[in-house]
Amino acid sequence: MLEATEDKALAALAGEGDRAAFARLVDRHYGRIFGLSWRLMRNRAEAEDLAQDVCVLLARRIGSYRGEAAFTTWLYRLVLNAARDRARAGAARARAHDGFAEVDDLRRGEEAARGREAEWLREAIAGLGPEMRETAVLVLDEGLTHDEAAAVLEVAPSTVSWRLMEMRKALKRLAETAGGPG
Amino acid sequence: MAEDDLDEMRRLLAGSPPPAPREGAAQAARLAALEAFDAATALAANPVEARQSAADEKTLEEVQVSAAEPRRRGMVQRPAVEVIGGGLIRRLAMTLKALSTRSLVLGGVSVAVLALALALPRDEAPILQPTGGGGILGLYSNSAGDTAGAPTEGADAEIALAFKPPVAPAPAPPELRGRPLPESLNRSLQHSPQGRGGQAATPMIALPHLDVESASGIRPPVGEPLPKPRFEAEGRDRFEEIEINPVKVVTEDPVSTFSIDVDTASYGFVRRSLMAGRLPPSDAVRVEELINYFPFDYPAPETRETPFNADIEVIETPWNAGTQLMRVGIRGYSLEAEERPRANLVLLVDTSGSMNAPDKLPLLRNAFRLLIGSLSPEDTVSIVAYAGSAGTVLEPTPVSEGATILNALDRLQAGGSTAGGEGIRLAYQLAEQSFVEGGVNRVMLATDGDFNVGITDPAQLQDFIEDKRETGVYLSVLGFGQGNLNDALMQRLAQNGNGQAAHIDTLAEARKALVEEATSTLFPIAEDVKIQVEFNPAQIAEYRLIGYETRALRREDFDNDVVDAGEIGAGHRVTALYEITPVGSEARRIGDLRYGADEGTETAAAANDEMSDELAFLKIRYKAPGGEESQLISRPVTADDVAETPGSETRFAAAVAGFGQLLGDDRYLGDFGYDDVIELARGARGEDRFGYRSAFLSLVGLAKSLDTTAPDGE
Repeated sequence: MLEATEDKALAALAGEGDRAAFARLVDRHYGRIFGLSWRLMRNRAEAEDLAQDVCVLLARRIGSYRGEAAFTTWLYRLVLNAARDRARAGAARARAHDGFAEVDDLRRGEEAARGREAEWLREAIAGLGPEMRETAVLVLDEGLTHDEAAAVLEVAPSTVSWRLMEMRKALKRLAETAGGPG
Repeated sequence: MAEDDLDEMRRLLAGSPPPAPREGAAQAARLAALEAFDAATALAANPVEARQSAADEKTLEEVQVSAAEPRRRGMVQRPAVEVIGGGLIRRLAMTLKALSTRSLVLGGVSVAVLALALALPRDEAPILQPTGGGGILGLYSNSAGDTAGAPTEGADAEIALAFKPPVAPAPAPPELRGRPLPESLNRSLQHSPQGRGGQAATPMIALPHLDVESASGIRPPVGEPLPKPRFEAEGRDRFEEIEINPVKVVTEDPVSTFSIDVDTASYGFVRRSLMAGRLPPSDAVRVEELINYFPFDYPAPETRETPFNADIEVIETPWNAGTQLMRVGIRGYSLEAEERPRANLVLLVDTSGSMNAPDKLPLLRNAFRLLIGSLSPEDTVSIVAYAGSAGTVLEPTPVSEGATILNALDRLQAGGSTAGGEGIRLAYQLAEQSFVEGGVNRVMLATDGDFNVGITDPAQLQDFIEDKRETGVYLSVLGFGQGNLNDALMQRLAQNGNGQAAHIDTLAEARKALVEEATSTLFPIAEDVKIQVEFNPAQIAEYRLIGYETRALRREDFDNDVVDAGEIGAGHRVTALYEITPVGSEARRIGDLRYGADEGTETAAAANDEMSDELAFLKIRYKAPGGEESQLISRPVTADDVAETPGSETRFAAAVAGFGQLLGDDRYLGDFGYDDVIELARGARGEDRFGYRSAFLSLVGLAKSLDTTAPDGE
């Protein structure tokens, strides 16, 4: 609780233009921003660039944080939105990169068995669309409760539960038809 | 119940957590955030004061003050453990802890990963060890004192962090594991801005991510299961698929046409891969780019009127006794310094966060420093950054004002969001602004793969570059780093801009690409150079072109001046190899047709007795720089070109071709293996003034040890 309170206090100060408070806020949360970015982008260079985008956004938006939600909730939302923007911008780029997937598949085939299940799971979840993926990252990776995730995603908690249920079903089907992580 | 499944999934996912953030990236982000923060507050508050406080924050004094007296402001003075211990993070830590005890199986896996990590020759880079005791240990300590006042020791500690010494969990840049950095580069790193900015060394960086882990005691810094060890952690490199050129029957398809290619980027990529301990993906291997990496010693043309010479030698194929290799070597006319046209260069530099790695921005800075040293005083240089501090860093400046240019280079920092902006338009605008009529006008794009230069659609970007080429401004692309490079796009852009794509990974490579080859890269002597070879069916039964898969042209494109092709710069060497099968050889791969196949042979042979003993006929088309109409150079290939004692240039080219095929597609190589490559290359090192060929030999040795599927060649 202490941390959450401090975050709010720091954010309030930063919002008023306190540079040190803002710097402290960035320092405290960079690891989390990067971690979430990595989970969303699944690639270091992309994650680093996204994390940096978020830090810059944070500077511009901190004044609009009113302390209504927990700071981390607000921050998660910022990351998520930035990731969505980035994904949209990347869609155009992606068209030029079709050949890549095959190379990547090859490489993956060479990889040792370690982490294959987790990899399969991430892969499968990613295949279920951005909503499922975002929900999964928040609940499964970041350990948020359904309520917290719902606050970040700005949907009803029941929607989060429903998505997880659907995801479960879809994954089961996938595992059965595609042979799963093998 | 659903939650059980979810727990199961949680457990699984916890087995591949995100890697620890890279210190360099964290600092770049911090810097960018503070810059943006200052900009935002400057707008809101008294602008003078805002600027003042920004300036204060950046002075070195502050670092010293805050190191001695860690917390100037009351609220952040609490012990770190307490600060970090609450709320969401604590819960996260507990979850992680619980997960780790439940998934003991993963423990065994961690040990395996640890062994792997230790097996890597990381400690071959002793230069990179921290010189002081504080940095690393302080970072991993969770005691309040250390976190608050960790004695970060300026540049030294910075570098140590960026390089991730053996205790660090995150993957070090692959090439750093393999070999030490060049001394000069290392020196320059110590003076890189990240070390002196002030913020960088501020001990306020608490890295909550790490603290959580050590506080919960579940993820020791060593052996943490990395998400994609070695193979995938950097999987954004992109390559076009290569389908190897097939064997063709001369009676059916006697003409081979392709565009010249002076790119060498593939060699750089292959080398980096091998140095990092893994074989490159086969699509990353372009045999012609490997061969063209080497400056072969072909006779140069005497005068500028003939822009290049074509030198031909036919030798026995090292991997096939029944065939021959026909080597076509082209060397462009070398300009003397006083003949060089004036150059107007615009450096378009990617300064996105990911460029903040030792093998990217700092290397780039040094590379350009080298380039600038090799230019003439009246040449001009301008610099545009296209991320973060996007905009013109340096207006067109004559090289005679070298210090100004070098200062601007030093000011380049990886920081700011990759929002892009109008980087590329700005760069071309500057190039046009100081356009040199009849000179070299070139934008040099340096990036680690983020082509977010203001035009997001690749097709549109390509069009833009192509349009600009018409105005006489060309584009070269310099790739830095590994893991993020979009090779296909890089090649395409350079091609469309009439330029070269080069992959720069070491300072030596920078010297090669930018200085030794500066004249060739910068001063085109011929454009739209196309090669067409017609084989004589009376002599040659089959042929195949080795490499140049992505440069194939249709037969009719050869005489069509509208169809683009590659350019050749002053002093460039380009090599093409054909494996040819003489008529009557037992090595023919494709049998005769039952019906009327011989007819062509008969007619051709009978057509003209004089021509009948020619093996082939070589034609080269080119345009003078900026010219509209093409010119033709041609010569027959005759028995006189068949070498009794094969020269070292052709033998070495053959060795490189064999190597490229072993790494890529070796279906035509029989049992020719790495040992054969080594033997062949060793005997053909020639003068090797810059040591390229010796370096190649060690690279082959490396590949041999990594490639367990290849035949021994014994």
